[in-house]
Order: sequence, then C-alpha cells, then structure tokens
Amino acid sequence: MKATLLGRADQLDTEQLHIPLFLDRVPAGFPSPASDYCEKTLDLNELCITRPAATYFVRAQGESMIDAGIFDGNILVVDRSLEARHGDIVIAEYGGELTVKKLELKPTVRLMPMNKNYLPLVIPAGEDLEIFGVVTTVIHSLRKP
Amino acid sequence: MRNKTFALVDCNNFYCSCERLFRPDLKKVPVVVLSNNDGCIIARSQEVKALGIKMGTPLFKVRDLIRQHNIRIFSSNYTFYDNISNRVMQTLEAFAPDVEIYSIDEAFLDLSGFADPLSYGRVIKATVDKEVGVPVCVGIGPTKTLAKLANYAAKKYKQTGGVVNLSDSARRQRLFEITPVAEVWGIGRRHTESLARIGITTVGQLAGLDTRFVRQKYSVVMERTVRELNGESCIEQEEISPPKKQIVCSRSFGEKVNDQIRVRQALCEFAARAAEKLRKEKQRCKVMTVFIRTSPFDKNAPYYSNAATGSFYQDTSDTRQLVDMATTLFKRIWRQGHPYAKAGVMLGDFSPEGQEQYPLFESPADTETSDRLMWTIDRINQHTGKIWFGGQRPKKDWFMKQELRSPAYTSRWGSLPVVQL
Repeated sequence: MKATLLGRADQLDTEQLHIPLFLDRVPAGFPSPASDYCEKTLDLNELCITRPAATYFVRAQGESMIDAGIFDGNILVVDRSLEARHGDIVIAEYGGELTVKKLELKPTVRLMPMNKNYLPLVIPAGEDLEIFGVVTTVIHSLRKP
Repeated sequence: MRNKTFALVDCNNFYCSCERLFRPDLKKVPVVVLSNNDGCIIARSQEVKALGIKMGTPLFKVRDLIRQHNIRIFSSNYTFYDNISNRVMQTLEAFAPDVEIYSIDEAFLDLSGFADPLSYGRVIKATVDKEVGVPVCVGIGPTKTLAKLANYAAKKYKQTGGVVNLSDSARRQRLFEITPVAEVWGIGRRHTESLARIGITTVGQLAGLDTRFVRQKYSVVMERTVRELNGESCIEQEEISPPKKQIVCSRSFGEKVNDQIRVRQALCEFAARAAEKLRKEKQRCKVMTVFIRTSPFDKNAPYYSNAATGSFYQDTSDTRQLVDMATTLFKRIWRQGHPYAKAGVMLGDFSPEGQEQYPLFESPADTETSDRLMWTIDRINQHTGKIWFGGQRPKKDWFMKQELRSPAYTSRWGSLPVVQL
C-alpha cells in the first residue's frame, strides 16, 4: 500500500469554475430583527477537540478498520497530547507510512487491524513503535455528494 | 532588583521538521526547503548541514550533491509552517505568564522566580515535541543573550538532551572558552571580523572586555551584549508585540515578465493579499505604495525601478479599494519594454478598526457593508481560496514556481495527510 498525500479534492480544485468577483456594490439586505437575540451556537469543535494545538485531522484510506467504524475516506481527529493506552485506536508509524490500528501492549506490542481479512502487525521486542497520536473521533459522512 | 530568568525555545530546523511531521519516510533522510521562487535553500535538515551545504545556497550550485545524496527538496509551504508555528506558540503559552514570540520558530519565556528552570525546560521540550510533533531546544539564562547562547549549546551538544541552563557562571565560563563570538546574539559577520582584528575570537574574550571600551570603540548595543553575557539583564521582555506598522507583499517573479497585464495582475494579487493581512490585524490603512523593478544584475537591459504612493480618502481595508488604488498607481509607473523581475505593494499609516473618523458624505453603514463582504470573502478563501477580484490574475502557477510544495495539510480538507488502514 502506498500513501499519496494529495487528497482527491485537490484534483477537483483545478476543475472548478473560477468566478471572479467584480467591483460593483451589492445592496445590503434588511437586517434580521432576531439578530439581537442570538445565543451562542453549538460548535462541533468543542465536542471533538480538547487541545487544539495538539490536534490534527487526517484522512483514512483502506479497509482494515471497518469493525472499528472507520471507513475509506473518513476524517480522523487525532490528539497527540494523549498517552496511548492498550486498546486505543492510534496512528502509528509503520514501514515509513502512517497507519491506523488498534494498539495492543499486552502480552506483546501489536498493531491490530479490525477486519478479519487483515493480519496483525507484530512489533518485534526491542524495536521502537512510534505513535503519531490517538484517534478520538471519526467523521463519516453518510450522504455522498 | 529581582533576578531574572529567561528561556529561549527554538524549533530545530523548523521548516524541515514541519515537512517531516506527516512523512515518517523522511525521518532519517536529508531534506531542504527552498525560498519562494525555488531559488535558494532556506532550511536544511541535520543531514544536509553535515554535508556542508550552507544556508542561502542557490539550488543550482549544489545540484550534484543533491543527486548524489538523494536530498529531498520542498518548496516553502508557509501556510503550513504558520499553522505549526501557532501550535508551538499556543503550547508555550501554558508554561509562562509572559511569552514573547520572537520569530516564526522561536519564543522567549519569562521564567523569573521559577524554582527549577532546568527541569521545567525539560518538561517544555518534551511537551512541544510530543504534542505538536516538531522538536525544539530550550536555552535558559539570566539574560536573553545568555538564553540564546544556551540554546545554541543545547542544539550543538547532543548530550545536553536539548536543554541547557547557563544560570551558573562556572558552567558559563566553560562554554564561553570554546564558543566563537559569531554565535553571540547580535554579533554579525562585520563585528566578528573587526573583533578578530583586536584578537577577540571566543565568547569568553568578548565577555571579558571593558564595557567603556566597547561602548567607545563599537556601540551601546555591543556594550549591552557584553553586560548581558556577564549576567546583567538589559533586554527586557516585550510585553505585547506592537501591531504591525507596515504590511509589504512583494515577490520576485519566477521568470522575467514584460507583459503589462501580468504585472498588473500580480500587483492586484498583492493588494488583495495585503488587504487580507490588514484585516487579520484588525487595522485599516491610509496610504499605499506600489513598486516595480527590473533585476539590477541583468546586464542585457537598463535598470528600471519606480514606485508611486497614493492615499485614501478614508482609511480602509476593503480589497476593492486597495485593488483599485494599486491599479491607478501601477499606471503611473509602468514603462513598456522592461523585463520586470520584482513588484510589490506596501500599506502604511494604520488605524485600528472601529476608531474611524467619517468624512462628511460617508456613513458608518458603508463601512459596515464593506466589512461584512470582506469578512465573508476571507472566510470563503480560507476554506477554498476561490474568490478574487477582476484585476487579479486567474492562476497562480506562472508566478511562483512552487513545484515541489507539500500539500496544505492543515488548511484544506482536500489535502489532509493520508493514513493507511
């Protein structure tokens, strides 16, 4: 499996229509009478991100974590500040790539796929396993664009 | 006076470390980052430094070395570096009441009164390394100059674990004796040469000079450096970084341009980008300067350089007005037939948003409408980057080469780093 770091929307970019915005004035609409009564809206960031400086979004690619509810194309919220524990879904470095697996620390260190068609990755004793971060949330859109 | 303690936290090979963040395959591989039009090397990984490639080397001069050692080359990706820089700074702010951001990859922390600054420095390093993912070194000392020097030592001597405290004067002496003066903050090449002529080559010798002599022969600035090396704090922590007084957007063209439309488009682009920066600072400007010039090194064409300045009726940060002004000013200085090498837009004379004086026939409503439109455009551009004004060029490609730029990992949904399942 080879990682390509350009996502699909990059290719879309070049195909999108370029619409220049001209210097004409646009009349402003009637201001909403409700605007003074707004309470704060709910922000998903608040729910998914506890430490913004340590949180990265990555795109998942492949099928090996289907039983964990992670599907091809999903966006994962990764928190680097968390200490990876036994049973966490983590992003780990493996074979020069970043991979998503369930971390097992006992009896031996293994990166477990969550799809019976895939094999565990065993980390030999004495070899370092670099953890990029712990996955805290999966963003999975149900309606295709 | 209370004893002071400063820490300088500085990222190691910052741009290269950013490029490695999502690329474990680049961890032990030599990496360089190039300047804007891909001309010069502006960041080197440790492996590249070890090969003796100097900062600022033009790429063509080291082509062979690059091929020979399979050095990976990246165009600069400032949006990404900026994002990582903000994460580093945000993380540091939890560690000290006063953090002064000194550059994109370094910050001074005021640790005065902290019990065990060395252990604390180690915690700071470990936290940034782990949580942001780029390695830093921490230099600690009773003055900023010593904190800088401590950071140099932390980077140079691996056995320090990346954290050095120079509060102890005996430890200081040992480092002073083996460190060349050029490593001292504020001692440039000219000073180094001039100091060498009077036999001063090590930091220890510089610190031992008489302050009156230094003031007379050199400057008060150098005198301050000598005092700081001896543990007397002269450079205070800047409380709050002052708002920018000027915004410049300029670039060297990737190739010479003599087409009027393309230069004008570039300037409109700069005006739009400058306007964006201005709004980010929550400021408005009164004056704009536009400049264009040919290359002073071009032997085949006469040198032409010109600039024009105009001021706005009312202070503004509206892209439409700035683009309009840039176009007007450009017409005044454009001369056909020159191979232009560089162009730019400068904004000056700022006033903060919300303190404007309204001229007789303008109402605050006009400003509010403009502000809302600009806010909307900024929002859209942050996410997709697809709105621009009629005068701007339609494509960025011809302009900066940027062929080797890494994806907008942290700023575009379509460019997120990919992890394998």
